Amino acid sequence: MRQLPSLVHALKLFLPGACVLILLFPIAAEAHLVTTGLGPIYDGISHVLLSMDDLLPILAMALLAGLNGPVAGRRTLFALSCSWLIAGLLGYSTGVSALPGTIVCASFLVLGGLTAADRRLTPNLVMVLAVVLGLLHGWLNGVAIFQAQREILGLAGIVTTIFVLVAILSAGVISLRKDWMRIVVRVAGSWVFASGLLMAGWMIKGQG
Amino acid sequence: MKRFYCRPVNSKATLLTIILLLATAIPAFAHVQQGQAQGFITGLHHPVSGLDHVLAMIAVGLWGAQLGLPAVWMLPVAFPMMMAFGGFLGLLGLPLLGVEIGIAISAMLLGFMVAREAKPSLYIAVIIVAFFAIFHGHAHGTELPPGQSGLLYSLGFVVATGCLHGIGIVIGLIHKWQAGRILLRVSGAAVAMGGIYFLWSALA
Repeated sequence: MRQLPSLVHALKLFLPGACVLILLFPIAAEAHLVTTGLGPIYDGISHVLLSMDDLLPILAMALLAGLNGPVAGRRTLFALSCSWLIAGLLGYSTGVSALPGTIVCASFLVLGGLTAADRRLTPNLVMVLAVVLGLLHGWLNGVAIFQAQREILGLAGIVTTIFVLVAILSAGVISLRKDWMRIVVRVAGSWVFASGLLMAGWMIKGQG
Repeated sequence: MKRFYCRPVNSKATLLTIILLLATAIPAFAHVQQGQAQGFITGLHHPVSGLDHVLAMIAVGLWGAQLGLPAVWMLPVAFPMMMAFGGFLGLLGLPLLGVEIGIAISAMLLGFMVAREAKPSLYIAVIIVAFFAIFHGHAHGTELPPGQSGLLYSLGFVVATGCLHGIGIVIGLIHKWQAGRILLRVSGAAVAMGGIYFLWSALA
């Protein structure tokens, strides 16, 4: 498939700058949880499916893993779920966020940007990205569960949903054979990137 | 072979269960998360509320369809990212001169490209589209009503813009036929005329 070097070079220059700019505005993370009334497991499932600030990076991660082949997909599946679980437990036990809210935008930008650029990454690098994503968002989820005085069992619902979503989506992307279908995945990545960049702007403006 | 069958429904038991459930009904404690879904709907609605934006977005799709692969997909990848960059600049309070003029010129130029069936190199096409995307993002990306979710508004905005590109690409499929090619060029000319009107309005 024909690549577009100008887009890739632009992203290489733009991504680090945007991430640094975002981190210069440390706004407190304000995670929120969904209440279904059906217990903590369902609360956790609903949280992932309804909270775009967690769902979109997960989807972008799954798309990126799928674009990079079955090995990257398998590693992402387990790395993301395990790191999310571990970080969630740690976040719950400490109860302190200590992370700027704008850091969530960085996961949108990095994962959306890499998906849009469709750069071939090594499976290990994809796995590292999955671990970082899991640690970051899992930690924030754990802290939110602690601060809301909910049951930690909700984390099981969150992690299970992530596992299922990543398994289905990355397997679906891996099975794509036609070039134009891969570009549809890249379009989805560009949407995640764009939403993350605008979200960063709203957060900096104080309307996130 | 194992046979599957449905057990007959016990209508008395079902009725009794329904009455029991209704008798012990608990009032619903629904709560509204202010501005969540509304933000998404507002974002979806916003790009289609301005004809200048709509014309330019559809023209991007039409032009992509004329250019063929891979431009037909590259333009919709580049556009939302640069549009978000424009919105980001607006949110940071960085001014952009002549936003309305830029949007009008984008409709005019893109319409002109479609009307001429211009086929520059992929890089030039992407640069043209990406440059004007900044103006569209700056003008429309920052108009969040108070109390609504910024992320969902942005997501709706980006999705609606992508759908407008998609509409343009689908219309552009008529490019396969000779009559369709002529029709596309005529619609490009109509978009360009619209752009001239918007430019006149912006300058007036």
